[in-house]
Amino acid sequence: MSQINAYYIQIICLIGINIIMAVSLNLINGITGQFSLGHAGFMAIGAYTSAAITVYGHDRFAFLPENIFFILALLIGGIFSALAGLLVGIPTLRLRGDYLAIATLGFGEIIRVIILNLDFVGGARGFGGIPEYANFFWIYLLAMLTVIVIANLVRSIKGKALLAIREDEIAAESIGINTSQYKIIAFTVGSFFAGIGGGLFAHLNTYLHTNSFTFLKSIEFIVMIVLGGLGSLTGSIFAAAVLTLLPELLRGIGEWRMIVYSLLLILMMILRPQGILGNKKWK
Amino acid sequence: MSEFLQQLVNGLTWGSIYALIALGYTMVYGVLRLINFAHGDVYMIGAMTGYYVARHLPSHFSELNFGIVLGLSIIACALLGALIERVAYRPLRNAPRLSMLITAIGVSLFLEYGGQLLFGADPKFFPELIVSRPMFHFDGVIISNIQFIILLVSFILMISLRFIVLNTKMGKAMRAVAFSQTASQFVGINVSSVITVTFLIGSGLAGAAGVMVSLSNPKIEPLMGIMPGLKAFVAAVLGGIGNIPGALLGGYLMGIAETFVTAYISSTYRDALAFIILIVILLVKPTGLLGKTVKEKV
Repeated sequence: MSQINAYYIQIICLIGINIIMAVSLNLINGITGQFSLGHAGFMAIGAYTSAAITVYGHDRFAFLPENIFFILALLIGGIFSALAGLLVGIPTLRLRGDYLAIATLGFGEIIRVIILNLDFVGGARGFGGIPEYANFFWIYLLAMLTVIVIANLVRSIKGKALLAIREDEIAAESIGINTSQYKIIAFTVGSFFAGIGGGLFAHLNTYLHTNSFTFLKSIEFIVMIVLGGLGSLTGSIFAAAVLTLLPELLRGIGEWRMIVYSLLLILMMILRPQGILGNKKWK
Repeated sequence: MSEFLQQLVNGLTWGSIYALIALGYTMVYGVLRLINFAHGDVYMIGAMTGYYVARHLPSHFSELNFGIVLGLSIIACALLGALIERVAYRPLRNAPRLSMLITAIGVSLFLEYGGQLLFGADPKFFPELIVSRPMFHFDGVIISNIQFIILLVSFILMISLRFIVLNTKMGKAMRAVAFSQTASQFVGINVSSVITVTFLIGSGLAGAAGVMVSLSNPKIEPLMGIMPGLKAFVAAVLGGIGNIPGALLGGYLMGIAETFVTAYISSTYRDALAFIILIVILLVKPTGLLGKTVKEKV
């Protein structure tokens, strides 16, 4: 019985993490219209940074209460991710649309190859022995915080600027919006939360391998936000939950999962590009 | 020195493969402004088609069999490319460009995982159509017969492409559509059929690349197209996307750069190299080595 419960809790926790990932990616892709294919890379930075802190800092910071130590590790992971986002954001500002997509894909892969060559986080063997700090409470608390922060950002005057950039970058610039600054804000905030999501993922699974953070992982998040509707936060939350549950419910179709995803992407774009929920929002 | 020249020959051989794939990317980008993510997977289908055709040919393998395999793979891939365009991209011709990009990612995943279901996820071993043996010796530099075939066939295909694009009516129409779709429609060019032909040619070249790679690296599997596809795309960007000589230049440079990194630095960084080149080129000269800058008008 308790094993069954553990299984359900694991899935519910994964949903929470995917909500963080999808909502943060939607800020970059859906709201600001900067198509990024490197979200898994930022997630990896957060995951590996925070895991390295809890694994190697465990004894040195034993005087800190466990919860505070965990939150600090997550925050530092998020900050490292945000710095990487800043680093990616600044040079890629000049790129638009498909070029940006490819450049972020490249960054994601470079991050992965670098981590693969770092020996102190396990390299190709994977990084094990991470303390299991993440639980339902922390994941959903942080998921809620992510949604609240991003929803408020979108609703604020800055959010209007982000939407303006999505609609027409040149027009936005011509009415005095500093497009570079806002794009960097979107990238940095989005990557920060991706890093937090990665940190939670690391401390839920207790084992990390760079194979979990490939280009396909980024695509999974893209499928979520496309299905939920680009720019719709409610849609992202909904789609993150559905797409995490679906493979678990349909255990037998294991190898069909990616085929279903790919057909979903194609059909959604042809038949309903605004996503299943469209632009409906919680008021 | 001979070591260096040998690596250069190997690099040129790989470069021809990248160049053939990059041509498809650049031609499609030229007419549709779309990064056809599924292109690398068309290359995989080329190798797979070759595998199944080769198994049904009489067993005394020869250059003739290679010709049959190559021809059938080119045809199969050309048809597949045109089908993809018809089913997935044409309904989105007037949609935002990002919708088409997402669809292309979808098609790519579909071919990869559909391929896993259809062909099985385990690697297959391409029949030894041509037995590898050294063909030319120049002071310690060896060119094998397979390398020679890859270089020669690529050269023939590239020359034919050049002829089609520069000297035929269809080629002229392709250049016109690449210049402006609307204007070509005004002068009576059937844009849809030009796009179909572009996909036919581009995908056919990828199919040829798939078969030729399988001659030297016989291990083939449904996900084999992802990395070469991405790298060939980077090659196309390096040369200037939409520019045919640029794709060739980019492809050869990419092949040579990768071979040298593997030989003199480390093979673990080989896959990252392409992306580093990409990011550097996008930052320094986003239009590529041979590309022209186009100002965006409001």
